[in-house]
Amino acid sequence: MERRHILTLVGITLLVAFAASVLAINTISLPLIGEREGMKLGLDLQGGVYLEYQADFSDIPEWDQEGRLEETKRIIENRVDEWGVAEPDIYIMSPDRIVVQLPGFADIESAKELVGKTAKLVFREQATSGSTSLAAAVDVGDMQIAVEDVTGFAVEDVLGVGSGDTGEAKTITAVDEASNIITVESGFAYEHSAGEPVINLWIPATGMLHGEEMPLTGEYLLPNSYVDLQPPTNEPVVLFEWNEDGAKLFSQITGRLYINEDPLGIFLDNELISAPAVQSQIAARGVIEGLTLSDAQTLAIQLNTGALPLTLHEVRTQKVDPTLGAESLEKSMIAGIIGLALLLLFMIFYYRLPGALACSALLIYGAILLTIFKLWPVTLTLAGIAAVILSIGIAVDANVLIFERMKEEIRSGKTLGAAIEAGFNRAWPAIRDSNFSTLITCAILYWFGNTFGAAPVMGFALTLGIGVLVSMFTAIVVTKSFMRTIMFTSLAGRISLFRT
Amino acid sequence: MINFVGRRKWYFLISGIIILLGIVFLIPIGPFGLTWGIEFTSGSMMTLSFEQAVTQAELQQEMASLGHSEAIIQGTEEDTFLIRTSKLAEEVADPETGEMITEEEAIRRDLEERFGPVEILSSYDISPSMARGITSNAAIAVVVAAVGILLYITWAFRRLMRPFRFGVCAIVALVHDVLIVLGIYAFLGNFFLMEIDVMFITGVLTVIGYSVNDTIVVFDRIRENMTKSTGIPLATTVNNSIMETLGRSLNTSLTTLFLLLALFLLGGATIHNFVLVLLIGVIVGTYSSIGIASQLLVVWESGELGGFFRRIIPRRVPVRGA
Repeated sequence: MERRHILTLVGITLLVAFAASVLAINTISLPLIGEREGMKLGLDLQGGVYLEYQADFSDIPEWDQEGRLEETKRIIENRVDEWGVAEPDIYIMSPDRIVVQLPGFADIESAKELVGKTAKLVFREQATSGSTSLAAAVDVGDMQIAVEDVTGFAVEDVLGVGSGDTGEAKTITAVDEASNIITVESGFAYEHSAGEPVINLWIPATGMLHGEEMPLTGEYLLPNSYVDLQPPTNEPVVLFEWNEDGAKLFSQITGRLYINEDPLGIFLDNELISAPAVQSQIAARGVIEGLTLSDAQTLAIQLNTGALPLTLHEVRTQKVDPTLGAESLEKSMIAGIIGLALLLLFMIFYYRLPGALACSALLIYGAILLTIFKLWPVTLTLAGIAAVILSIGIAVDANVLIFERMKEEIRSGKTLGAAIEAGFNRAWPAIRDSNFSTLITCAILYWFGNTFGAAPVMGFALTLGIGVLVSMFTAIVVTKSFMRTIMFTSLAGRISLFRT
Repeated sequence: MINFVGRRKWYFLISGIIILLGIVFLIPIGPFGLTWGIEFTSGSMMTLSFEQAVTQAELQQEMASLGHSEAIIQGTEEDTFLIRTSKLAEEVADPETGEMITEEEAIRRDLEERFGPVEILSSYDISPSMARGITSNAAIAVVVAAVGILLYITWAFRRLMRPFRFGVCAIVALVHDVLIVLGIYAFLGNFFLMEIDVMFITGVLTVIGYSVNDTIVVFDRIRENMTKSTGIPLATTVNNSIMETLGRSLNTSLTTLFLLLALFLLGGATIHNFVLVLLIGVIVGTYSSIGIASQLLVVWESGELGGFFRRIIPRRVPVRGA
């Protein structure tokens, strides 16, 4: 045997040994690549929650958009971390999307509450001038409210339903001083019963800080809020603590409201969550009531990680039940194995010895492919499995092309050795050109998936592309090397094994 | 020796009829046309699993009573249904407790009351802003893929006379395959819930790759035979090339079909339609390499194609002395 040929065989053996050991060991750590544990499965195979948000950039200057998006991503990461979901995948999809994937997690509702909420905490007090005139307020349409006296109402102030009740609150968007009409955000509904002040005007609760009047918001909180159950009712509450500035503001505000035991409204993302009447002047600490336990837990995390600097809109959400994912994986795997077994049988039956060699080359192909998937973080999805199966078809095709060519060469009277060489050489242009065109399609598919944000398409294209490249390698290097080796054994003499 | 080239008119006729029928099913009139997935239209989709037996009609009726008469419902497995609706609201009030919940949850509660325990196995939600722009992206992807392949084939066959014709014929075969896949999909869409979704587009793009892959193998043989023996008429060369690659073409499609069939019959419901696209694509792609791409090369080279077009579009004769 030629020296070069022996080296090729040794190389293949080493490669197979490497692949086998990578696949055998559960957790591997390699230089440059880092630690890898098993294959990464997509949400469709292991179940989980997928949330895709679009950032609202309408009020954000362009230079600030990217920074805010990064900051938003960081805060979401912190929220999810504090929540304790294993292996979350959170990334920015340019230019304005944030994708959150929580594998193995099924509670999409809580995930939405936790991730997508801005969680802007604002403290407000009732405006005396505004509220008194509201008793006589008449609604003149969905969004416009006529009031007796418009003074005291200001844009950005908030109207709440009922006297201190919790519930929806809407921001005032315009104040018309001439006709005493205020406009609020759409969707505002309230009951109008005689004599009762049915809607309240909530204005920001402010205090003096470093000589300036400042509103009290969640920005001044220390990141140590926590949930507690308040005796005797065991009602869940969130306990929070102010930083130095926050304490100054809180002390001034509670001091003022305490005189008449006025309510202090606590608004989360413009929703009134509680409005306790202030019973004493307090500074450093406070408590938020009126929450369910899971809401309280979510709020505590959100207060500790901070409000998002952007408003997010849900554009795509997906949930796959983990059991459904596992079932899909199992079914596809069984289907793949049965299909593959049929294919191998067919190859051996039809091409005999070369077919058997091609089968062993295919197994090596599979091992290399799996090794790459394990080392390179390719997320395996159902589409990816389809790509793997298609690439097996392509790998078989390369072998079929070569064998058909070999058979022709044997028929034309060439010796076996010459026929093998000629078979490979003649088949090469067809393998090269056909696979290259598939690679072009893969590249375009990848681009398509990327611009359109379709992770399954990208996964499919990447998997197929890798599969095509590996299939070319196994057909040209591995199968050829095996065939040459056969030439040096007694099997080569039995031409029937090659079925001409 | 089978005379493939001699029967070329039959291939064109058969393909023409299938494509025409397909186009009829593609025209969105009455029950025909494609069903666009929620990625294109926006909306919600969920898979529900019931503990007790439920019929599709009962479910349809209940959804209608909930204000979703537009719901498309399909049973996937035993007591498991795929329900597609317009985009469900983020928040609705529970009619009994007044609690604010998602509309999805409200539907689940209602169905549970009527049919017994229900579990939401999967749900998928696309807002209108997301749905915009996807259609054009998909179309661009197909066009870019076609142009890329055309350029590559023209380059790969540059040693031959008129390599551009090889590229164009491969592209025509590709369009032929895509049209047939779309037509069959639209036809089956009358009986089953078959939507044009991202996976479908992936499938079509894969079919494009496969179609060209297969065509190139035949073309490669034509290229080789043309350079090896000059003076033989192209029709003979093409027929010989088809014969010589026939074993390979059939074996490769057969092996790929083994895998796809196994996946189609045994794989999960989620990839059913996707695998179906690939199945049709592999069969049509193999056929078109022999019946369309290669034959087109012959009729183009022999001038029949020019004659055909001249018959349809008579060349304007310049009027003398006007």
